Amino acid sequence: MAIRERLSGNEAVSIAMKQINPDVVAAYPITPSTEVPQYFSNYAANGEVDTEFVPVESEHSAMSACIGAQAAGGRAMTATSSQGLALMWEMLYIASSYRLPITMATINRTLSGPINIHCDHSDSMGARDSGWIQIYSENSQEAYDNFIQAVRIAEHPDVMLPVMDCFDGFITSHKVENLNLIEDDEVKKFVGKYNPPYHLMDKNKPMSMGPLSLPMYYFESKRQQAETMRGSIKAILEVAADFEKLTGRKYGLFEEYKMQDAETAIVIINSTAGTAKDCVDQLREKGVKAGLVKIRVFRPFPVTQIVSALSKCKAVAVMDRADSCNGAGGPLFTDVTSAMYGRADGIKVVNYIYGLGGRDVKIDDIHSVYNDLQEIVKTGTVKEVYNYLGVREG
Amino acid sequence: MNIGKTVANETWKTINHGSHVFKAGSAADFHTGDWRSNKPVWNEAKCKQCLLCVPVCPDVSIPVNADGKISGFDYDYCKGCLICVKACPFGAIESEDA
Ligand code: SF4
Ligand code: SF4
Repeated sequence: MAIRERLSGNEAVSIAMKQINPDVVAAYPITPSTEVPQYFSNYAANGEVDTEFVPVESEHSAMSACIGAQAAGGRAMTATSSQGLALMWEMLYIASSYRLPITMATINRTLSGPINIHCDHSDSMGARDSGWIQIYSENSQEAYDNFIQAVRIAEHPDVMLPVMDCFDGFITSHKVENLNLIEDDEVKKFVGKYNPPYHLMDKNKPMSMGPLSLPMYYFESKRQQAETMRGSIKAILEVAADFEKLTGRKYGLFEEYKMQDAETAIVIINSTAGTAKDCVDQLREKGVKAGLVKIRVFRPFPVTQIVSALSKCKAVAVMDRADSCNGAGGPLFTDVTSAMYGRADGIKVVNYIYGLGGRDVKIDDIHSVYNDLQEIVKTGTVKEVYNYLGVREG
Repeated sequence: MNIGKTVANETWKTINHGSHVFKAGSAADFHTGDWRSNKPVWNEAKCKQCLLCVPVCPDVSIPVNADGKISGFDYDYCKGCLICVKACPFGAIESEDA
């Protein structure tokens, strides 16, 4: 029996953590993710979990403690945002290269500077090549569901990689919404017991992690890691299918919204997808064939699947809530266009950087993007590929 | 897997996760002496067995036998830092190109 609740994203994820009852949670507070370890520390103090809660002195230490715990055979979790994620940077790569299936809630917040506590995706996008699987969540329900699935995906024998569940700071993390929770015992059954194939505390199977890997071996290790990441799509879909059996809620690599006959589409991540769906509905009422693709799994990037979802469109706008400052476009744009190159040439693809530093995105803003796309379809020309939405241009 | 030596048939498909080593005390397999560009050479005739060189070696590469005597270096791990050369009061250790 599902439990009807109304919760913020942070509450929902901390409840998921409580239901999973991991061996170790090590975290350091940073807005807007602070509530996750804060709520969880209450559960630990009240004896509602048997987790070792480690209130470390920095995010670098939080990730290091998770790595230590996971290397010792435990199931470890954490949560962070923005500068906290940035401070974890070197340890993110250690976690993924040691193949330690840590689960982390990444509550998206702008990276400084200038300093800003509000939402954009510059934090997790900066970590997109750290070897972590990245899953993005539109709302509290998805943040909760994806966190639970993340544990299974990470620990899947064919995967053994850490996973981040990313959702929008304040917009999703602090907004209270209706959602369905799964019963405690069902969550425990779904994630199962963590049985690591090896760990440092097994005296019958002595081992070392993190040895020097010189030019004779490093390349093979990385090649293996990259291939595992690519292949993890299979496990992600397998876990989603099991999750659907349990809850009836269907998850894929991305969500296609009114894409069946769409001529124009936007590709977007996280909470703004909700706003954009309203816009699509309004356009559909006027007979405009508009659609939307909301990315759920960004790492590994679903290359061929994205191409087939967009292959029937005439013009596509990729929306990035992070600017790469690279002269080429935002991170989602460069991935979508490189996926389409040679596979779906001829479709006009443009980029919009939006919502940086928590800048509000309204239905009207999204309308203007679809208007631009319709103009591209009509004229067959793209005026500007790399655009900014909602910034004062002057 | 021996991290000090290339195993030609060890591919990305067979390599351990993260190059993990499934063996105790595996550091001994890694002959870091390969990095040496200078080599200490022991002159038995000059050596007084005072053992002043032993504790200064950062790589524990001057083994002392059961009789409390040294008999040269463990070149598998000696990195040729030549600290022992400086420490020997009797000029019983000379340096050579490795
Ligand atoms: S050269 Fe350095 S490493 Fe080698 S035996 Fe002397 S002190 Fe030890
Ligand atoms: S310091 Fe010189 S004399 Fe003393 S034991 Fe070492 S080599 Fe021999």
